Amino acid sequence: MRRRALALLPLLLAASVASADDTRRSGLQFMGPALQALQRDDAQNPAMLWVQDGDQLWRAPTGPGGKRCADCHGDAPRSMAGVAARYPAWDAARGGALNLAGRINACRQQHQQAAPLPTEHADLLALSAYLGLQSRGQPVSPPADAGLVALRKQGQVLWQQRLGQINLACLHCHDQRAGQRLGGAVIPQGHATGYPTYRLEWQGLGSLQRRLRGCVVGVRAEPWAADAPEWLALEAWLAQRAAGMPVETPAVRP
Amino acid sequence: MTTAPPRRHPTRRHLLGAATGLGLALHLRPAAAVSAAPTLQAVERQWAAGQPVTEGRVLLDIAPLVENGNAVPIRVQVDSPMTAADHVVEIVVFNERNPQRDVARFSLTPASGLAQVQTRIRLATSQQLVALARMRDGSQWSHHVDVLVTLAACIEP
Amino acid sequence: MADTPAPRVRTLIHGLDALRRGQPGELRVTLAHPMENGLRHDGFGNVVPRSIVTRFECRLDGQLVFAADLYTAIAANPYLAFWLRAEGPGTLSFEWTGDWGFAHRETRAIAPA
Repeated sequence: MRRRALALLPLLLAASVASADDTRRSGLQFMGPALQALQRDDAQNPAMLWVQDGDQLWRAPTGPGGKRCADCHGDAPRSMAGVAARYPAWDAARGGALNLAGRINACRQQHQQAAPLPTEHADLLALSAYLGLQSRGQPVSPPADAGLVALRKQGQVLWQQRLGQINLACLHCHDQRAGQRLGGAVIPQGHATGYPTYRLEWQGLGSLQRRLRGCVVGVRAEPWAADAPEWLALEAWLAQRAAGMPVETPAVRP
Repeated sequence: MTTAPPRRHPTRRHLLGAATGLGLALHLRPAAAVSAAPTLQAVERQWAAGQPVTEGRVLLDIAPLVENGNAVPIRVQVDSPMTAADHVVEIVVFNERNPQRDVARFSLTPASGLAQVQTRIRLATSQQLVALARMRDGSQWSHHVDVLVTLAACIEP
Repeated sequence: MADTPAPRVRTLIHGLDALRRGQPGELRVTLAHPMENGLRHDGFGNVVPRSIVTRFECRLDGQLVFAADLYTAIAANPYLAFWLRAEGPGTLSFEWTGDWGFAHRETRAIAPA
């Protein structure tokens, strides 16, 4: 029953708010009260170290011209409210999709003449977390651009594809066995609503791509290259799968 | 959390050097030659310095089931008015099965106002923890708690 | 090799605004620090050397209010919550020290309402 419901959900929820019999649950609800408190309390959430950095970076002169994000965008709480909830997005000028980190890097290159940052660079995570925070509580809102449809479909195919020596697809754990245990740990449904996330296993903040890579390695598959299109396809699919669920960035997860 | 690997056996050069000596027996160090950490009871006794410790007045608040041992929130609270005449001087937390027994030692003063501390700790495995408190009048109090720690199923490289 | 600037030390300090004269208030501080426990190994089998914060002190106008000796069992990005009763305005200092000469200090003026 749950399997069918989850398969149908993207169609039902692509453009609407989740209905009352929505069986989707955030990873937050799979954690005990102490860890939930860690995420909910900004004074305890270690990810706020990065958010504080992101706030400073937003207003820091960058690149040879010393341009600041704030020079174009003003105050992030006002101008960036709800923006992160709409990523991955379609960039018509480039004819391709971008996740939030990709958009930040594109801005750096185009408007600040600064080098793009690697995916797990502290500054990029800090800016992503800071901007993600400006969407906290708002529903994940994947945009309707036609260009994203094929990418999401590709992501869905990857989600359902068996990988690695362990020969499991994402859906085997996160759709079919969510709530059951894998070696003592409860399997969450895997909704990517809180990235960048402070993961206790990393003892630091990391991107969705890092988390996905951990799973791919976990099933003993060769991970795709860092700039491979598969990661973005999965991100786009996950955003659709979680459409309507509240953004939790910056989340805390085991 | 990873533990130290067993001590390596002597290198081949070392073995050959030893073997050339007359009448020398080949000496292989045992696998677990690292000195074992003291037991939880031993460090409690050492901290108590011969004075009695009574279970009570201290609360070590920790989730009974821990999802990830890398960062476990804990709270220690001691029943005390925290006046100049009657206050908590020290709160310590020890563990049973980490590589090292000490977790933290806190010093409080009357200016603390309330005898409560919180932090996040690492737990290598399911084990017992103890929070101990020493008062200004020298009395010593404790709270022992057993914690179950589940380990991550997919360890990342 | 060009001189690289010292990495900025990041801290979060909460609870100062909620302090009330003569009443205990909770302060919560977080320091960004890996708390490397000295038991991990890199890809070549070498031990990653221990590098932890070993001591935290909170002083009000120079007087020690609260201190903590920290060990390898303290999680990365060490978080401490403790209580303070301030009778009036003053200067709070938060000092962390640790392995390899690590030392960081934050000071804040407080004016409990």
